[in-house]
Amino acid sequence: MGMGQDNLNKVNQVMEASVVIVGGGPAGLAAAVRLYDRGVTDLLILERENKLGGILKQCIHDGFGLTRFGESLSGPEYADRFIQEVKQRNIRFITDTTVIQITPDHDVYAAHRDGLLHVRARAVILAMGCRERTRGALAIPGTRPAGVLTAGVAQAYMNLQNRMPGKKIVILGSGDIGLIMARRLTLEGAHVLGVFEINPIPSGLPRNIQQCLNDYGIPLFLSHTVTDIRGTDRLQEVVVSKVDEKLQPLAGTEKVYACDTLILSVGLIPENELTIGAGAELCPQTGGAYVDEWYQTTVPGLFAAGNVLHVHDLVDFVSLEAETMAEGVVRYLNGALPNASIALRCGKNIGHTVPQKISGTENVVVTLRVRAPQKDAEIVIRQGKAMVARKRVRNALPANMIEIHLLKDQLTGGQDLEVSVND
Amino acid sequence: MIKEMTCVVCPNGCLLQVEYEKQGDQVAIQRITGNLCKRGLEYARQEMVSPRRTIASSILVEGGSMPLVSVRTSGPIPKAMIFPVMAEIRKCSVKAPVQAGTVLIPNVLDLGVDIIATRTVE
Repeated sequence: MGMGQDNLNKVNQVMEASVVIVGGGPAGLAAAVRLYDRGVTDLLILERENKLGGILKQCIHDGFGLTRFGESLSGPEYADRFIQEVKQRNIRFITDTTVIQITPDHDVYAAHRDGLLHVRARAVILAMGCRERTRGALAIPGTRPAGVLTAGVAQAYMNLQNRMPGKKIVILGSGDIGLIMARRLTLEGAHVLGVFEINPIPSGLPRNIQQCLNDYGIPLFLSHTVTDIRGTDRLQEVVVSKVDEKLQPLAGTEKVYACDTLILSVGLIPENELTIGAGAELCPQTGGAYVDEWYQTTVPGLFAAGNVLHVHDLVDFVSLEAETMAEGVVRYLNGALPNASIALRCGKNIGHTVPQKISGTENVVVTLRVRAPQKDAEIVIRQGKAMVARKRVRNALPANMIEIHLLKDQLTGGQDLEVSVND
Repeated sequence: MIKEMTCVVCPNGCLLQVEYEKQGDQVAIQRITGNLCKRGLEYARQEMVSPRRTIASSILVEGGSMPLVSVRTSGPIPKAMIFPVMAEIRKCSVKAPVQAGTVLIPNVLDLGVDIIATRTVE
């Protein structure tokens, strides 16, 4: 593109907005609608792709919306409910725009085909979602042939571009997207040889084990992993091994599977480069920012919700979290939020909590995951010796996010809290 | 006899225990436990008699902004009919524009459910 006078003007374009929302997926859309309805109408959504909707665009299976709308929708239908709400309110959004920097003072810089966009905002919402772990993150030995791809990429090929990733498929990892793709590939005539999971328990939801694998006779091999990838131009075979309790491959258990495609569904990583750049601290357990009960990060006026904060199992919870966050943003814009100085620490069998800090001035819904499966689990929050909240969960699985209500009247002071699972 | 099954109605994925007796070809259900809500009871009863599922796929679009329009069954279909219905879906193609919610195959294979578009393709 040439750099004429016209373009130069656009390069220097400075816009203002009360709130900039980075990402037009489920979290960003839900936050925008809720903010608008609370009177914050001067909004701007910046979206990297050419349409709003985020990952929902390629999730054509149903099961979305049961919590939020009380009916089972496909991903595009669920997204469209929010997109219509955004359009009816004339909320500003710009697509094909990649945010490249956010400052602690709420300046947002974005790259657009017409040049650099600079937006001065009073508050910024991080709603960038997450990305998939790749082969590189697992360091699987072997050659580097075509035909090794993540489940989400396979999903985009099939559902958006009408391209079939392969015919004989091995799936590594039992994440929900991998399970969904096992079914999708089978429906389109591919042969899925099996799903191999390194852990002794599946990482996806039990209903997806049933309706995506068992329904189609696709075997699930727990405590197994791929230990070699072979092929020159195209993948020809993978070697699968059993693993011990320390997840190390056991010599002598190798089995060769001839296949043309290896699909990886081995975890999601919140996408937080911009968050770090803005100066917010990340929580090592979630991979997202540390937040208080208003979903404010350690940088005042910088908020986060959805998969950028912690990976959710359901989009319904992403929308609900973003709506709760929006209430916090409104309060922030109307005057500073109370200081959150009471930390929530993870005790026995708790993987993480969101939020990680609270003020003690509000009733809070704490979201958490257990580390290991536990039947009849009693989840408790203690402050010193006092038990301030508890919840019984019949079958606590790491795959299921768990919510526990913490009432401010139960708190006995400013001491830190510990969340744990009772024996 | 007791059969265990995972309810697929919602993400809770309740593990259901169905106590039943076989009376010839008929199954007499005596007790269903493990469900958090009443939809689990309905699911277990249906699953014991004739399992049903909704399915999602896509249909070719000519002249659209995307090559495919995503579709789903308007309600659950018998499990045994999943692949025959997929074959019908594969035969079908439509011309753009397609509005979300449009019935693209009415009463597919006389099952009493439609194949409906789940996105708008301009």
